[in-house]
Amino acid sequence: MKNALVLGALAAALVCSTAMAETSGKRIALSNNYAGNSWRQAMLTSWDTITKVAVESGLVAAADAFTTAENQATEQAAQIQNLILQGYDAIVVNAASPTALNGAIKEACDAGITVVSFDGIVTEPCAWRIAVDFQQMGVNQLDFLASKLPEGGNLLEIRGLAGVSVDEEIHAGIEKGLAAHSNFKVVGSVNGDWAQDVAQKAVAGILPSLPDDIVGVVTQGGDGYGAAQAFAAAGREIPTIIMGNREDELKWWQEQKDANGYETYSVSIAPGVSTLAFWVAQQILDGVDVPKDLVVPLVEVTQDNLEDQLAATGAGSVTNVEYTLEDAQATIAAAK
Amino acid sequence: MNWLTADRLRLLVPALSLAVLLGAVFYLQPRSMSYVGLNLLLNLAVPITLATIAQMLIMMVNDLDLSMGTFVSFVACVTATYLQTDPWLGVLILAVCIAAYAGMGVVIHLRNLPSIVVTLGMSFVWGGLAVLMLPTPGGTAPDWIRWLMTSKPPIVPMAIVASVLIAAITHWLVIRSAFGVVLRGVGGNERSVQRAGWSVIRAKALAYALAGLFAVLAGIALVGLTTSADANIALRYTLLSIAGVILGGGEFVGGRVSPIGAVIGALTLTLAASFLSFLRISPDWQIGAQGAILIVVLALRLLLNRREAREGRQ
Repeated sequence: MKNALVLGALAAALVCSTAMAETSGKRIALSNNYAGNSWRQAMLTSWDTITKVAVESGLVAAADAFTTAENQATEQAAQIQNLILQGYDAIVVNAASPTALNGAIKEACDAGITVVSFDGIVTEPCAWRIAVDFQQMGVNQLDFLASKLPEGGNLLEIRGLAGVSVDEEIHAGIEKGLAAHSNFKVVGSVNGDWAQDVAQKAVAGILPSLPDDIVGVVTQGGDGYGAAQAFAAAGREIPTIIMGNREDELKWWQEQKDANGYETYSVSIAPGVSTLAFWVAQQILDGVDVPKDLVVPLVEVTQDNLEDQLAATGAGSVTNVEYTLEDAQATIAAAK
Repeated sequence: MNWLTADRLRLLVPALSLAVLLGAVFYLQPRSMSYVGLNLLLNLAVPITLATIAQMLIMMVNDLDLSMGTFVSFVACVTATYLQTDPWLGVLILAVCIAAYAGMGVVIHLRNLPSIVVTLGMSFVWGGLAVLMLPTPGGTAPDWIRWLMTSKPPIVPMAIVASVLIAAITHWLVIRSAFGVVLRGVGGNERSVQRAGWSVIRAKALAYALAGLFAVLAGIALVGLTTSADANIALRYTLLSIAGVILGGGEFVGGRVSPIGAVIGALTLTLAASFLSFLRISPDWQIGAQGAILIVVLALRLLLNRREAREGRQ
């Protein structure tokens, strides 16, 4: 049902844009460095779904996906140089390293090829960057809590894997949110490593030392379900736990919502961001003036769209969004 | 006696495989048959070639270096940081690295340690140092190396000029020069070299130091191409360099190595990857296909070795 809607919207987008598109002869390649987890698999599937329609309708001539056999920067650099030789007009990159591909990317730019990096972005100035605003993920959580619990209260923070920049970024966003909503206070912090079992153990360990009036749990995704289990096992009232769009998290939320009207909020990044990068590349080839730095829209699951999002999320997967040309145009407009 | 000696025959297989592969790549992707195309196809082979030569020098004295990848990564980190900001300090660090390689050779020889274990241990040391130096990817390539690696000599692209130069210099060093003969002798028959009055320990230290020097050059060249470094940038080089030496006609033991063959081996490995990607083989199969190419070339080698054995070595 949802796919049909997306495709419908896409078809509509194609109909109104083919008239002016100058990209029917252009070929776009996806250079990917890793395909070994469900997020990357979903990313590649989304790319296939969206680009197949675009190619069939003649919007672009080709949109081929290439994944390196090994997750190594030198290998991806060679792959990009091969793509230059194969005469692609644009290369969309999810990079193994933000810097080690710069030489190859410079070669591509010098050959007149448009390079768009996303998720794993590159620092070479000639490439476009579609970056994830992890800080915003943290800020949004506090904004939601503030709207739901205007009187504030004590919070538990579950962090990710220590020493990884993503953890630092989301944490910085949460700090920013705390500064904006000063009636909230983090009374405890654990590392959940973005995994439900680790989060459950860590939360179970810290719970006895925490005051009884925990009103909310701020998280980083992949840890909300574990936190809920830990609270339930300790026989404590379950606070508002922010979720991260994982299927098990949404399923638990749905059960609670049906049982007792539980309310929360869920936020993460969609693997379908590859399709956003595809449309951005297409727009650049079309001659649209696109700023070099774009921000990936966050995917939010709220009380109202929970049922739909859960139904569209496969077992063990993450809520996905396949972007349309309009989404890309909106993202570009927002960055201007 | 014809000119097709055993050693030349040994080079023939790798040279032919390279030619066949190059022909196939040209056929699949005619765009690569140009100055720019050849450079794009082969410029990333230059650091691999240097690392392969380094590995060959170690294999020449019957040892194996499992730290090649992490060492080249470490050198890349030094190049993108100290060599850029404080050239003298950078040169000093790299000189110490080469000395460390010589020391490694001495320790392995004196204590009679298996080189695989020592170098595997050292790989963690280099890896740790690289992470300390560049905890997050970054750094900048010094201008001169960037200039050198992106230079456009007339008619022949940089990647080919560099490969020919590397092959010529190391061929002279290892095959022609007097001390090259002694070094190969250490791999061939250590005791007879010793009896002839040469110092084996000095020879081993020299072989390791030379290997360190070429590995340092590999790291510098790599940064010249990528413009910056990270601590994991060259991890693949350990296996690539070993495969390159073997593909080029070298042997694990006996001091039987061929610098020209090693260069050809490194180029073949690089081309094989491009060939498979032009064929649009799914990534799940690519490693397997790369392995298959290796096995085919090695099988050809084996056939020739048999013939060689039948004819009897001169």
